[in-house]
Amino acid sequence: MSRSEDQALLGTLVDESTLLSIEDLCRICAIERRHVVEFVEEGVLEVAAIDADEWRFRGGALRRARIAMRLQRDLELNLVGIALALDLMDEIQQLRREIRAKR
Amino acid sequence: MVEFKDYYQVMGVARDATEAQIKQAYRKLARKYHPDVSKEKDAEARFKEVGEAYEVLRNPEKRAAYDNLGANHRSGEEFRPPPNWNTDFEFSGAGRGEADYSDFFETLFGAQARAQSGRRRDSHPSQGEDHHAKVMLDLEASLTGGSRSFTLKMPEIDTEGRLRTAERTLNVQVPKGILAGQQIRLAGQGARPNDSGKAGDLYLEVEFEPHPLYRVDGRDLTLELPVAPWEAALGATVKTPTPGGVVDLKVPPGSHAGSKLRLKSRGIPAKPPGDFYVILQIALPPAQDEKAKAAYAAMAAALPFNPRAGMGV
Repeated sequence: MSRSEDQALLGTLVDESTLLSIEDLCRICAIERRHVVEFVEEGVLEVAAIDADEWRFRGGALRRARIAMRLQRDLELNLVGIALALDLMDEIQQLRREIRAKR
Repeated sequence: MVEFKDYYQVMGVARDATEAQIKQAYRKLARKYHPDVSKEKDAEARFKEVGEAYEVLRNPEKRAAYDNLGANHRSGEEFRPPPNWNTDFEFSGAGRGEADYSDFFETLFGAQARAQSGRRRDSHPSQGEDHHAKVMLDLEASLTGGSRSFTLKMPEIDTEGRLRTAERTLNVQVPKGILAGQQIRLAGQGARPNDSGKAGDLYLEVEFEPHPLYRVDGRDLTLELPVAPWEAALGATVKTPTPGGVVDLKVPPGSHAGSKLRLKSRGIPAKPPGDFYVILQIALPPAQDEKAKAAYAAMAAALPFNPRAGMGV
C-alpha cells in the first residue's frame, strides 16, 4: 500500500491556540471519554475553557495525553504518578532552559 | 536471517529468575530507557528490546516455550525454530498490541500476538483511526514555512498474514512558526475504515534537527557570535546572521565573553514570535607572525591586567 503524493499536503498547526473538544481527544488518542475525565480529575490534563458545558483543551494536551498513555502502559504508573512525572518533566525542561539562558 | 535473542541477557536476570525478579528488572530498565523519560542515546531501541523480553518472560506460557528452545543458543546467532517447537503450548492473554517486535519474536510468537491484538473496540466506526508519527524537521522549515517530505514506516499485514513494514512518503506543507513538541495535523491521512467511511487523520509530532548556528529553546533562538577582543572592548557594529537575514548588530563598548544581547521578536515566527539572543564569544587573533607578536607585547606592556586577580594569585 505504498503511496506517494506529489502535491504537498497542507499541514495544520496544532498549538496552544488550538482548542480541542473531549471528542477530539478521544478520537485522536484512541481513548475513551472516561479516561479523559480521569486524566482531568487527577491533574494529568488541564481544562483550558468550558464552552457550552463542554470541556476544551489546548493543543499541548495532545502530547501530554499521549505521554500519559505510554507511561501507563509501559511503566504501569497510576494517574497520580503520571501527573507528577509530567509536571516534573516540564520543570526539568524549564530548568534546562534557565541554565542555558544563564550560561 | 533471524537472529536469536537472549531475553534473559537483555533483562539482566538469571535463567531461573522468579516472576518477581523479572518484574523488578523490567521496572528498573523500563524507567531507565523509556523514550519519554530517558536521556540515553539509544533509549528507544533499548526500550523496545526490554519490552519484548518482558513480554515473553512475564508470560508463563511464552517463557516455557522460549525455555524449551534450550539454553545453548547465543545472542545474535542465526536462528531457525525447530519444527513443531511450540506444539502443546497454549497461549492466552493479550500482547502489547503494537506490532513492534524483532524478527525473532515474530518468528516465535507473531501470529498469536496479532490474533490477540486485533480485538480493539472501535468507538468511531464511521471514521478511520487517527495515526501518529514523530518527525525530524530542519529549523528553516519552521522559520520560513515550506514543504518537506517525510518517509513514514508503518507495520502492515500482507495477504499471507505476515507482518511487514510499508513505507510511504508524504510531501507536507509545514506550518510556519511550528515549535518542537507541537503537532501537524494532516486531514484524511490516517487509517481508512473498511466500509466507505471517512479516513482518520495523521498527526506528526515535530522535533528539530540540531542547527549549525542556532540553538533552539522553545520559541527563542540563541547564536554564539565570535567577536575580536577590540570589538568587545571598544564596541563595534558587526555582521550577524539571523533567521531573517544578515543584520548589523551593535556590540556595546565594554562587552565581555558571555555578554548577552537580545533582538526582540527575531526568533521563531510563532504566535507570539520568539526572541533572538546573541551570546558573545571572544576570539583571539593568532600570534603567528612578528607583527602580531609585537602587538600582543605592546598590549602586555601598556595594560596592567591580571586575569587571575579574582583567584588571589
